[in-house]
Amino acid sequence: MTFEFTRRTVMAAAAAAMTLGSSAMAGGNQVLDSIHFLIPGGAGGGWDGTARGTGEALTNAGLVGTASYENMSGGGGGVAIGYLIENAESNYGTLMVNSTPIVIRSLTGVFPHNFRDLTLVAGTIGDYAALVVSADSPLNSMADLLAAYDADPSGTAIGGGSVPGGMDHLVAAMVMEAAGKDALGVKYIPYDAGGKAMAALLSGEIKALSTGFSEAVALAQAGEVKILGVTADERVDAYADAPTMVEQGIDTTFVNWRGFFGAPGLPADKLAAYQEAIAKMYDTPEWEAVRARNGWVNIHNPGDDFKAFLEDQEKVIGDLMRKLGFL
Amino acid sequence: MIEGLMIGLGAAFSLQNLLMVIAGCLIGTFIGMLPGLGPMSIIAIMIPVAITIGDPSAALILLAGVYYGAIFGGSTSSILLNAPGVAGTVATSFDGYPLARKGMAGKALTIAAISSFAGGTIGAILLMVFAPMLSTVALLFHSAEYFALMVVGLSAIAAFAGTGNVAKAILMTVLGLIMATVGEGALFNMPRFTMGLMDLQSGFSFITLAMAMFALPEAIFLVLNPARSAQSGGDAGKITGLRVSREEARKIVPVISRQSIQGFFIGVLPGAGATIASFLGYAVERNIASKEEQEEFGHGSIKGLAAPETANNAACTGSFVPLLTLGIPGSGTTAILLGALIALNVTPGPRLMIDDPQIFWAVIISMYIGNLVLLILNLPLIPYIAKVLAIPRNYLIPFILFFTLMGSYIGQNNSTELLILVGMGVGATILKFADYPLAPLLIGFILGSMLEDNFSRSMQLYDGIGFVLDRPMTLGLLVIAALLVVIPSYRARRARARQQGVAEGD
Repeated sequence: MTFEFTRRTVMAAAAAAMTLGSSAMAGGNQVLDSIHFLIPGGAGGGWDGTARGTGEALTNAGLVGTASYENMSGGGGGVAIGYLIENAESNYGTLMVNSTPIVIRSLTGVFPHNFRDLTLVAGTIGDYAALVVSADSPLNSMADLLAAYDADPSGTAIGGGSVPGGMDHLVAAMVMEAAGKDALGVKYIPYDAGGKAMAALLSGEIKALSTGFSEAVALAQAGEVKILGVTADERVDAYADAPTMVEQGIDTTFVNWRGFFGAPGLPADKLAAYQEAIAKMYDTPEWEAVRARNGWVNIHNPGDDFKAFLEDQEKVIGDLMRKLGFL
Repeated sequence: MIEGLMIGLGAAFSLQNLLMVIAGCLIGTFIGMLPGLGPMSIIAIMIPVAITIGDPSAALILLAGVYYGAIFGGSTSSILLNAPGVAGTVATSFDGYPLARKGMAGKALTIAAISSFAGGTIGAILLMVFAPMLSTVALLFHSAEYFALMVVGLSAIAAFAGTGNVAKAILMTVLGLIMATVGEGALFNMPRFTMGLMDLQSGFSFITLAMAMFALPEAIFLVLNPARSAQSGGDAGKITGLRVSREEARKIVPVISRQSIQGFFIGVLPGAGATIASFLGYAVERNIASKEEQEEFGHGSIKGLAAPETANNAACTGSFVPLLTLGIPGSGTTAILLGALIALNVTPGPRLMIDDPQIFWAVIISMYIGNLVLLILNLPLIPYIAKVLAIPRNYLIPFILFFTLMGSYIGQNNSTELLILVGMGVGATILKFADYPLAPLLIGFILGSMLEDNFSRSMQLYDGIGFVLDRPMTLGLLVIAALLVVIPSYRARRARARQQGVAEGD
């Protein structure tokens, strides 16, 4: 009897989990019947949130009939990429979410493929990077940080939530390089999660932190950190108090994008339908709700723009990594 | 504070919110029983539901119910099936499973429920009183101290080696540490020891290893040893002694009160969390227990069950201190909760208590209610849940195998995990036959990567080993760790020497 009970509960739970994302709504402007999202990481991560948020907006706005999700973690995303390439023909209904690390990890050879092996659908959102210090730090600008670095390079450790050679490190190195310092001399301390890196900053273990802008804004508004510089072209509306790197004479910009990829050989009409659905999504209140909730910045790069953007990013990051000795 | 408490109580005791907490607890308990779905994934699944509710207090109350329910559900699979689904409940299985094997599954579940309740509730009281003061304590620990804390945790492994073979326990710990180095660590951008296999790039997954070390060998053992399974099947079928006697209660009350406090303070440190709290709780209680009680640890001691269960719940509550007062998530689960809070337009941080006192208090009150409802809901269900063990062995074994395999597949959706699970499960079974303890291996694995990360961070920050002498707290913790290893073996040697002396005297 207990056995029955448990089994039924399991099935009910499974059914509940499945229906969560697929609240289908019949709309006149439907572009696609369904999209299957392939998420190269586990539940709860950035990729997961992007795919589920996008799917939620697309289905609620009636642009897509139903959305389903599949988490396939492993190999820093390489398992999912390999799967999509090997099973291309049965996956024309699949969109894979990815972000800046696909460029970095294909450069370092974490996986054998790169973005050219996939069909580029669109870059959809992004986040700038920022260097922050704790609120009680004596450093108030990038100039102060550079002066502190010149005075004591070894004592001016910069932390981040990624491995050496990962995104947070590259951003810190890129900024120091653009400021005319030796990127190799920067003492970068890696943490396995952004939260732990932030705790280290507040505890005084590291002097500055390289992090995502949206995370930094939340803590700056709470009065815990000061944003020394953001890697955007111009000041960002979400927190206009934060100066850009460019206006402080450090000529560098960086966007951590997120976007969607299709299987190689995706038929042109399918690709066009995906791109149309995504393009229309930006004007819907459903997307605005999801975007605002997550603090994402709309950075729409469809098709060929996406390719040009990725090639440029690959070159900039590749040069820097070669210089730092990671390639 | 009283005023805040009233606001929180007012918010929590509406009909809607009570339904929320009941729903949350039930969902959390039942999904949490499945190994492979820990609090983190369940909360991630529930977030869209919580956001649809809109009202932040109600949403938080739902999520807190799910959180506590999942932790409680996780202990259930540790106790009944020896299948710990999250690292924080590994220590629960050390004594919980032996108790269940002795036919005291009902009692074990009751003690787990009461300990969890007490740990969570006392933790919530401490949180309410000390939260604003503790935000600074949370930042006292640097990487050097975390490293030292992990060393203390590892030394505590002597606790499991005490009665058995010390050399074997150390060997297994080292094996666990070695296994933790596989994959891409936080500190290297190149994968290590993956033999070119992409599936090993992120290292071995905890859940696969836990199933391979604990649940799978147990199932294989039962198949290979029908005599033992027949006999214990009979025992377990009876499910006697659901009630905790007065004498037993007297035994566990001091354990619960000590571990609620110790667990809470360990939980306050971002990056230590429920796992370390449960191991240290177990080790401390074993070390201060009387000689004959020490013998019981690992063979079904109710103290050994109450200690980690109290500590991990108190630590979970403690982890809300850095989350609410600093906006820093100390664990994966609190990181997900932070995401949920932000999605609900609540920004945790020093200003939360000033700007949104009703939210702050609603969270704390929701913890009380979550714990209370969990206890009320689960105590009557325990006899039914415990009956899982009354299922005849020939049906139960496939059932355990199914959950073991599903648990390791479900988190990663990767079929290679199944091959790794079976391969390691066979290896673990051989080790078990050779009388090697498997728990130290798993503990070494869990602590290994944290140990390494914090050690190399400190080495980098101090340009060498200087941090040991530069930071008094690090030195202090390392000395404690050394004492933990030296004193028991010194005592054992002296006892042996005395015995020999007596023998010679004869």
